[in-house]
Amino acid sequence: MDAHSKAVQRWLKVTPAGLYCEAGDFHIDPARAVPRAVITHGHGDHARPGHGAVLATQETLAIMRTRYDGDDGRSSQALAYGETVRLGDVSVELRPAGHVLGSAQIVLAHGGKRVVVSGDYKRRRDPTCPPFEPVDCDVFITEATFGLPVFRHPPDDQEIDKLLASQRLFPERCHLVGVYGLGKAQRVIMLLREAGYTAPLFIHGALEKLCKLYGDFGVDLSELLPATAADKAELQGQIVLAPPGAANQSWARRLPDPVVGMASGWMGVRARARQRGAELPLIISDHADWDELTQTFADVAAPTIWVTHGREEALVHYARQQGHDAWALSVAGREDEDE
Amino acid sequence: MKAFARLLDRLAFLSSRNAKLALLAAYFRETPDPDRGIALAALTGDLQLRTAKPKLIRDLVTERVDPELFGWSYDFVGDLAETAALIWPTGERNEAAVPGLAAAVDQLNRAHKDSAAKLVAEWLDVMDPAERWALLKLITGALRVGVSARLARTALADYGAVEVGAIEEVWHALTPPYAELFAWLDGRGPLPETRATPTFRPLMLANPLDEAELAKMQAADYRAEWKWDGIRVQLVAVRDAQGARVRRVYSRTGDDISTAFPDVVEALDFEAVLDGELLVVRDGQAAPFADLQQRLGRKRVSAKMLQSQPAHVRLYDMLFDGEEDLRALPLDARRGRLEHWYGAADRPRLDLSPLLDFESWEELADLRAGAREAGIEGLMLKRADSPYLAGRPKGPWFKWKRDPLLVDAVLMYAQRGHGKRSSFYSDYTFGCWRRREGRDELVPVGKAYFGFTDEELGQLDRWVRAHTTQRFGPVREVEQALVFEVAFDAVQRSTRHKSGIAMRFPRISRIRWDKPAAEADWLPTLEAMIEGARG
Ligand SMILES: [Zn+2]
Ligand SMILES: [Zn+2]
Repeated sequence: MDAHSKAVQRWLKVTPAGLYCEAGDFHIDPARAVPRAVITHGHGDHARPGHGAVLATQETLAIMRTRYDGDDGRSSQALAYGETVRLGDVSVELRPAGHVLGSAQIVLAHGGKRVVVSGDYKRRRDPTCPPFEPVDCDVFITEATFGLPVFRHPPDDQEIDKLLASQRLFPERCHLVGVYGLGKAQRVIMLLREAGYTAPLFIHGALEKLCKLYGDFGVDLSELLPATAADKAELQGQIVLAPPGAANQSWARRLPDPVVGMASGWMGVRARARQRGAELPLIISDHADWDELTQTFADVAAPTIWVTHGREEALVHYARQQGHDAWALSVAGREDEDE
Repeated sequence: MKAFARLLDRLAFLSSRNAKLALLAAYFRETPDPDRGIALAALTGDLQLRTAKPKLIRDLVTERVDPELFGWSYDFVGDLAETAALIWPTGERNEAAVPGLAAAVDQLNRAHKDSAAKLVAEWLDVMDPAERWALLKLITGALRVGVSARLARTALADYGAVEVGAIEEVWHALTPPYAELFAWLDGRGPLPETRATPTFRPLMLANPLDEAELAKMQAADYRAEWKWDGIRVQLVAVRDAQGARVRRVYSRTGDDISTAFPDVVEALDFEAVLDGELLVVRDGQAAPFADLQQRLGRKRVSAKMLQSQPAHVRLYDMLFDGEEDLRALPLDARRGRLEHWYGAADRPRLDLSPLLDFESWEELADLRAGAREAGIEGLMLKRADSPYLAGRPKGPWFKWKRDPLLVDAVLMYAQRGHGKRSSFYSDYTFGCWRRREGRDELVPVGKAYFGFTDEELGQLDRWVRAHTTQRFGPVREVEQALVFEVAFDAVQRSTRHKSGIAMRFPRISRIRWDKPAAEADWLPTLEAMIEGARG
């Protein structure tokens, strides 16, 4: 192992509960309840309930309260992007990760080394959150959800055009788009708005609270109507957003002959899109694609890269070819991203 | 190319037939000539394009991409063209430099063999992934987007608000990019003329018989004949505008196979369009399919072959007598015309497929059960009053095949499937035992796709992954431990297979999770099933 990794591993360790910063006595995105946690963002595999103290952006804390019935830890501390706090012997700073509302990279400094735990991130513009900021560091810990060079997400507007073209082609049907409730739903709504789609959008009940929360933080999603309250005739020709899987539930019977779409980075690979039963795959992702991942390695200028959370082998291989020291880090509690 | 790529991209995922029709009709409406005609030809399988081997794609990609990254990617994606389309390194997409569909096809066909690869690489550089996928699928001849030729023509009929029959009727006289056909559909020109050119007329096909339906059918309403095990052909003998004879033998899909069968062509000294089965016949006896196979796919036939494997057509039906179109007449009337015509002159190399005598379904079932000789695949049932209709209409004609033969064989290799199944190991090679140099070994006897439920497919896929002993690209060799019951229609000698035999239409009928591999069948069991093996 390289010198940077050796030095950092003395105070930042992989434990069964997840990444643990010994010098500051806190976990990062732990897989189970711990006394002190620093949380990158509100997705379920990163933010879990039951912690003692939680440090995160105020958006992430609000998301946790919404999802976990008020639970953002017994005590919580909000930290704005760019602010620094000291935890034990470590200085901790949050910087935007561009993934979902409130998502942050955690910048740790200790013993002369700077480590960036990027959490989940992407590099392209997202109208619902500030963009990823590259931070120079000694060790960069990257996700690898789309860590194969076949993942090249197309421009978002092209995918939104696909949806609108399909709506024109099948005016008597409704379009049901599967979206994850945190981030993807709101992003797809904003992209539709930016494409000039001003009609009301219909949403599944499970998306309501988080859409409202985005609104409270100033993300204007414009008119949303509950799909549940609408009758069949009303939904003809409309776009309905629902959690993935809703298409196969009795809930979907209320929809007039829906064209089933799915917005996810996995849609870029045909076999995956078919497995999800998508008739209209939309390649819209909140995770960096291969080009964004590799661009980020160059931007953060880190001599050492730790790869976790997905397809590590190809990224490690690539990073080494580019002259980085790179290692796969296996952290508990991370499956393939449901994205 | 962009519009074509978008079309394929959507077709590949749409499941409803109506949705596909709407999408295709919209494409025909929005796309100018000649691109839409070339796209139509690509979908119906009528496009003449010099195709490339998958190796060309692999070579192009591995020149540009790190081999390990490519390997991991291919393993994840499961499809070579798709992997290449996604992984291809690009700078800025340059839409202006992307050729139109027709232009691309034209340039490829005119390109020198050595420069074709360079041309493809240049295009891939400026295309987006969907366009690359479309181009690569096109040049490897594997579109597989769930559109049959019939569906494509139906969409065309919808687009022009005409009956699909009108298009089927003229289809085989036309060539891509079908400018006159589109002109007619757009109301800018007359229906293309097909008379006096030898034209393939779409065949009438039968549906498999559901034996439970027999109870509801009256035996007296049907005619029965043997289903001969050759290849279905249409014989077209007409005179052109100058009065010269034109004679053709067409396959069931309308391919002109005349050059492979000069002996049959020579016999067409009349004016008629006939439907029949091409067979090798010696002394009035149909030979096994393997004999005919030796004559298929040849550009030129040797005199020796003409002698040893004489071709013959057993006639089922008459479509035209001279210029008179008989297709609207009931079957009985057409049969009468056929018999009269056949008896009016000497008809070398032709005979009539005899009608079978039966008064009840039981009698017919007995006939079918007794039919094990070479050259017979089963029975055909045709309604006596049925007109000759293009395609596979529901109802009037049925095929009632012989019960399949069965063996238990051992799974040896598995390969990823295509399309929907590309992420599953769903193509299987299986073998039977033989004794060689004092040892028992498995020898491959056939290959079949998976034919079960998704749940069983998942189980098999997991079994294959867990029992892999070696990997060769997309193929996995597995432990010799899982037995399949394999059903097939017949078995023939074959010099191309290590086992010396080849199965006709093998399919896996059951997974025998319970059966030990050592109890699977032996090669001699299969050899005994070869047609004509028993004196
Ligand atoms: Zn996330
Ligand atoms: Zn994640």
